[in-house]
Amino acid sequence: MVKGYLGIDAGSVSTNLVFLDEAGRIREALYLRTQGRPIATIQTGLRQLAESLPPRVAVRGVGATGSGRHLAGVITGADVVKNEITSHAVATSTLIPGVQTILEIGGQDSKLIILRNSLVVDFAMNTVCAAGTGSFLDQQAARLGIPIEKFGEIALRSRSPVRIAGRCAVFAESDMIHKQQMGYDLPDILAGLCEALVRNYLNNVGKGKEILPPVVFQGGVAANAGMKHAFEKALGLEVQIPPYYNVMGAVGAALLAREKTVRGLPSSFKGFQVAQVDFASGGFTCDGCPNTCEVVEIREEGRVIARWGDRCGKWSGALAERKTG
Amino acid sequence: MKVTFPHMGHIWLCVKTMLEYLGVDLVIPPPSSKRTLALGVRYGPEFACLPLKLNLGNFIEASALGADTILMAGGCGPCRFGYYAQVEHAILQDLGYRYELVVLEPPERHVGQLLSRIKVITGNNSWRQVYRGVKLGYQKIRAVDELEMAIHRLRPRETIPGSADRAFLEALREIERASDLAELAVAQRQVKEILKSVPTEERDVLRIGIVGEIFTLLEPFANLDIERRLGRMGVEVDRSIYLSEWVNDHMLFGLIKGLRSRRDACRAALPYLRHFVGGHGQETVGSTILYARAGYDGVIQLLPFTCMPEIVAQSILPVVSADLDIPVLTLTFDEQTGEAGVVTRLEAFVDLLERRRRGRGRVRQEGTESKRGLRVTKA
Repeated sequence: MVKGYLGIDAGSVSTNLVFLDEAGRIREALYLRTQGRPIATIQTGLRQLAESLPPRVAVRGVGATGSGRHLAGVITGADVVKNEITSHAVATSTLIPGVQTILEIGGQDSKLIILRNSLVVDFAMNTVCAAGTGSFLDQQAARLGIPIEKFGEIALRSRSPVRIAGRCAVFAESDMIHKQQMGYDLPDILAGLCEALVRNYLNNVGKGKEILPPVVFQGGVAANAGMKHAFEKALGLEVQIPPYYNVMGAVGAALLAREKTVRGLPSSFKGFQVAQVDFASGGFTCDGCPNTCEVVEIREEGRVIARWGDRCGKWSGALAERKTG
Repeated sequence: MKVTFPHMGHIWLCVKTMLEYLGVDLVIPPPSSKRTLALGVRYGPEFACLPLKLNLGNFIEASALGADTILMAGGCGPCRFGYYAQVEHAILQDLGYRYELVVLEPPERHVGQLLSRIKVITGNNSWRQVYRGVKLGYQKIRAVDELEMAIHRLRPRETIPGSADRAFLEALREIERASDLAELAVAQRQVKEILKSVPTEERDVLRIGIVGEIFTLLEPFANLDIERRLGRMGVEVDRSIYLSEWVNDHMLFGLIKGLRSRRDACRAALPYLRHFVGGHGQETVGSTILYARAGYDGVIQLLPFTCMPEIVAQSILPVVSADLDIPVLTLTFDEQTGEAGVVTRLEAFVDLLERRRRGRGRVRQEGTESKRGLRVTKA
C-alpha cells in the first residue's frame, strides 16, 4: 500500500496538487487552471489524482495553501492550512538545501523569500499592483497571438531587447504597442518585456534586499525561459529552476502536513470521494451594520460547513461555536 | 450647538466624557464602516491618505444625526494632517454641509492656549469645571489604554477563543458609564474582576511591537483589526503609541509623570534619524529600536498609503533591522477591504518569527555543545 501526503495549492490562476510518499518523493503532480472555479477544480484534481495513484493508497496528511487555502481546507478536511510564503520556503529549502533566495512569480502575485541557514529571514510580496505577474504575460501573449508556452523561446531569440516601461501594466502595454508599431521585432519586444518585468520585480518586491546565491526561480512564470534569462542578466547570478517549479507551493503544503501528522496524529482528510460530493458556495450581504460585509457560505450537501468574510465574526463565529459546543 | 469629532480608536470615549461633563451637546459619528469609507473616498481627493477619507465620512454621517460643529485636532506639518481640518471643512462646505470648525492645535506656549480653544466649545463653564472635565476624560482614556494593554496580554493566552474580546467590550462599557472620578475608580476595580474572569494558561508566546502612523495604529477599522488578528494567532502585541501618552506629550506638555514618552523613542532614534520628519516617523524608528532592545521577536510598521513621514522611517528600518537583528514587516493600508493579502503577510511573518525562535533555541543548544569542544556555531 502506498502511504503519503497530499498537498493542495489553490491559487488564483492555477490549482496544483501533489502526492508525496513517506520518504518525501513526489509521486504525482498536477497543474490545473483554476478558471474562476476553485471548488470544481480542486474536485477535478482529486479525481485525477485518485485515478493516477495505485488503488490502495493511504493519505496520512493533507496540507492546503494558496489564496484559496481556506476553501481547499474545508472541502478536503486539511490537517494544515498555511500561507504561500511558508509553503514555498519549506518546499524549496527541502528540495534544494542551502537555497538563500527564492524568486516566485505566480498568476496574481510575486514573492521574494530570503533564507539564511534554511530559515526564512525576510520576505516581500508585490504590493500595489499585479503588473509583472503571470496574468499580465498571459494577456500580452494572447494579444500578440502567440501561445504562452512559446513566449520564452521567442524572447530568447532577441538580439537587442527594446526598453519597455515596466512599472505599471497599463504603461507597459501602451509602450509595447508603440514599439510594435514602430516596427521592432517580436523577439526584441518580448525580451524587452521580460527585462521590464524583472526590473519592476527587483525594484518593487526586491527593494534592496540582499540577493545571494543559490537563487531559485519558481512559480508558473518560471516556465518562461525569457524571464529566467532576464533575471540572470539583471542579477549577474545563475538562476536555478527546480524540477517541480510550478507546484512548489503544493509540495510545501504536503511537507507541512507531514510535519504536522508525523507524531502519529490521524489525518482529518475526508477522502478522495469528496470529488463526488456536492459543494456549493453562496453568499449574502449582512445588514447588521453599515459594514455590509459580503459573507461567503460553503455548503456540503446543503449543510453549511464554513463561513467567512464577516468583519465582526458574527457569522463565522456562530459556526465555530456550534462546532466546539 | 451639536459638536462632533472624527473617530480614532477609542478617542470618542474621552471626548464624550469631557463634553458630557460640561453639558455640551454632542453627536458621536457611527463607528467607521465601509459606508463611512465609501463616502470619504467619493468626496475626498484621490491622493489624500486614508485618515482624511475616514474623517470626511465620519462628518458626513454625523451631519445626518444633527451635528453642526466639528472639533478636530490640527498640527503644523510636515505631515499633511495639520491641514486636514481646513481641507475637510472646505470639502464639506462645497457639498453643502454647514459646519462650524474648531481646531485644537497643539499649544505653542502653555497649556492655557489649549484651554482657551476648548472654551469655544465649553462656553459658560468655569475653568474649574473645564479642568475637571478634561481630567476625567484623560483618566478615562488612560483607563482604556491600560485595559487594552491587559487585553494584549490575555488574547494570546485565552483558553476559550473570543473570551478576551468579550471581556474587553464588557470592561469598556464599565469605563464608559462612569460619570466622575469616584465612579471611575469603582469601574476600574470592576474591570480588574472582569479581566480576571478570562480563563487563560501560561504560554510561551511571540511578542510583536506595532509601530507607525498614529491613526492607522489606533483605528482598528483602518488597520483591519491587526491587534486582534495577531492576538488570535497567539501573539502578544504592544503598540508604540497609546492615546493617553499622545495626549500627555502633545496637549499637556508631559504634565503627567511616569508615562512612556515620545522623547524616549526620539532619543533612541538619534543614531539613525536626527530630525523631526513629521507625524511619527522619528518615533517609528526609535520605537523599533526600543522593541529590539526589549527582546521583542519582531516589529510591524503600519502606515496609510502615501504617508510621507512613515515612508522616511520605512527607508531607514531595513538598516535598524539588520543592525539590531529584529525582523520588520511594513504594511500599507488604503481603501482596500480585501484582507487576504494582509492575512497572508501576517501569517508568514509570524511563521518566520516562530521558526526563527526555534532556530535560535537550536543555536543555543549547539552553543553549549561548543563549550565542550564539539562544535563552534555562530549565532
